[in-house]
Amino acid sequence: MDAQKYVIRQISIFSENRPGRLAAIAHALGEEKVNILAFSIAEANGFGVVRALVDHPEKAHDKLMSLGFNVAFTDVIAVRMKDQPGGLYEVAKILGDAGVNIEYSYAYSGKEGAVLILRVDQVEEAIKKIKTSGATLLERSVFH
Amino acid sequence: MFWNEKAETLKPDELQELQLRRLKKTLSQVQRVDFYRNLLSTAGVKTSSIKTLEDIRKIPFTKKQDLRGGYPFGFFAVPMKKIVRIHTTSGTTGKPTVVGYTRKDLDTWSGLIARNMTMVGVGENDVFQNMVNYGMFTGGLGFHYGAEKIGMTVIPSATGNTKRQIEMIKDFGVTTIHCTPSYAMHLSEIAEEMDMSLDSLRTGIFGAEPWSESVRRTLEKRLGLTAYDSYGLSELFGPGVAFECPERDGLHIWHDCFYVEIIDPKTGEKVSDGERGELVVTPLVKEAMPLLRYRTGDVTLLMEDGCLCRRGKKIARITGRSDDMLVIRGINVFPSQIEHVLLKIPEVGNQFMVYIDRINHLDEMTVEVEINREYFSGELADLARLQKKVVKELHDALELRTTVKLVEPGSLPRFEGKAKRVIDRREAV
Repeated sequence: MDAQKYVIRQISIFSENRPGRLAAIAHALGEEKVNILAFSIAEANGFGVVRALVDHPEKAHDKLMSLGFNVAFTDVIAVRMKDQPGGLYEVAKILGDAGVNIEYSYAYSGKEGAVLILRVDQVEEAIKKIKTSGATLLERSVFH
Repeated sequence: MFWNEKAETLKPDELQELQLRRLKKTLSQVQRVDFYRNLLSTAGVKTSSIKTLEDIRKIPFTKKQDLRGGYPFGFFAVPMKKIVRIHTTSGTTGKPTVVGYTRKDLDTWSGLIARNMTMVGVGENDVFQNMVNYGMFTGGLGFHYGAEKIGMTVIPSATGNTKRQIEMIKDFGVTTIHCTPSYAMHLSEIAEEMDMSLDSLRTGIFGAEPWSESVRRTLEKRLGLTAYDSYGLSELFGPGVAFECPERDGLHIWHDCFYVEIIDPKTGEKVSDGERGELVVTPLVKEAMPLLRYRTGDVTLLMEDGCLCRRGKKIARITGRSDDMLVIRGINVFPSQIEHVLLKIPEVGNQFMVYIDRINHLDEMTVEVEINREYFSGELADLARLQKKVVKELHDALELRTTVKLVEPGSLPRFEGKAKRVIDRREAV
């Protein structure tokens, strides 16, 4: 199985917790014509990490770096869920049963249904288990 | 009341004669310290060059940074077997400054504390709660032995657990307390919250940080005591160097033990009489660690007028520092120490900013530091770990809890010329 095609590159951006930081990031991406497909903000003690799936991760990375942001790529996977009650449970149960830990996750609901983005501790194992369970993993090419 | 009336009220000519004799002795003692042998030979000063007290000006100053070169025991003028105690105080970077004491030094030191406490009228009928750090800091043991010497009942309560401190004051009938003025403010508020009146208190000794007359009035009103200012530094034994008498108009500095000069910190020249400048002290009776013309960094003036209590000339209450040393909750901190800590942590940059605030009467220090681009993994957990690491390293070096803020690389100000990395937002105490 070519698991690599399901590994999606999320960009993670360090940000101080103060007004205007998200606007600065979003403005930079807009200028580069980079589209944000999904994002979340995780907050800790006085700072945060903005996580985003974008259509042109390299371009986004380079632009933000040139502006002085601290940016890193993080491998995540994306699973299609049923956009109905119990949809999240199905996916979460597969991973739970397989002993795969979810470090963090966020979701979006688009034209073609709901998608769950996951950062897990064992990427290959998660991909394998999700595939065999019959759920749909989104390929990297869908995003980039 | 006097502990040592003769020494405390020496006539000017007697005093000068004693000072000169002791200065000459100190000059021969320092010959056992490499630093001083070199310093004096370079400056061409021999013991015979000092014929009058004025001749002391031929001797170069000793600065805090000089002590760093002697770490740990390079400034001891006696063999280690004669050293019976060491304390430490903040160094300007990395390593602390080590100070040592012979048995006689400890006796001299507690004798000075005994003079101070007797001067403000406390003695064997008093119960004394010593609410300062008892570890390497000289404030704890220094006052402890001085108070025991004059027969007080000493409660070595040290710091922390304010409610328990208040209960002890009440239950043990404490009459005299020693702590930092900001801790006393905090204590008075907690006592009010607990609805406890501390009726037994009569005398408060406050030191280790500068404080104002308005704080004195507040503390006296809230705690129902008379507040006295205490001054000292570890390099000169510790607390006990100078102290207010009941007049509470300036601090008596013990001229038989400390030769005092006030200089312009920029030129090193003596200021005119009554002018403000940096306090420079040559201890005259220290055995283990004699020093010559030690620059305290503290700004004060030598008061001209005599005092009703008949003791010697007073120095004014300390109004500031001639260097960049900060006093945070009574602990001395040099910005260079912070820089030194950050240099050892590759995950953060070397630029930093320090903000100091006073929250509920207690000092809070916040350090902003940039994360290093190369070490950013994209994971929040790694950043949180890094933040904890910086807090811990700073705590290990400064013995002070700080708040650390991680900021974006390149976001802190860069300085050309003199850096202004410290923003002190505390209102005057």
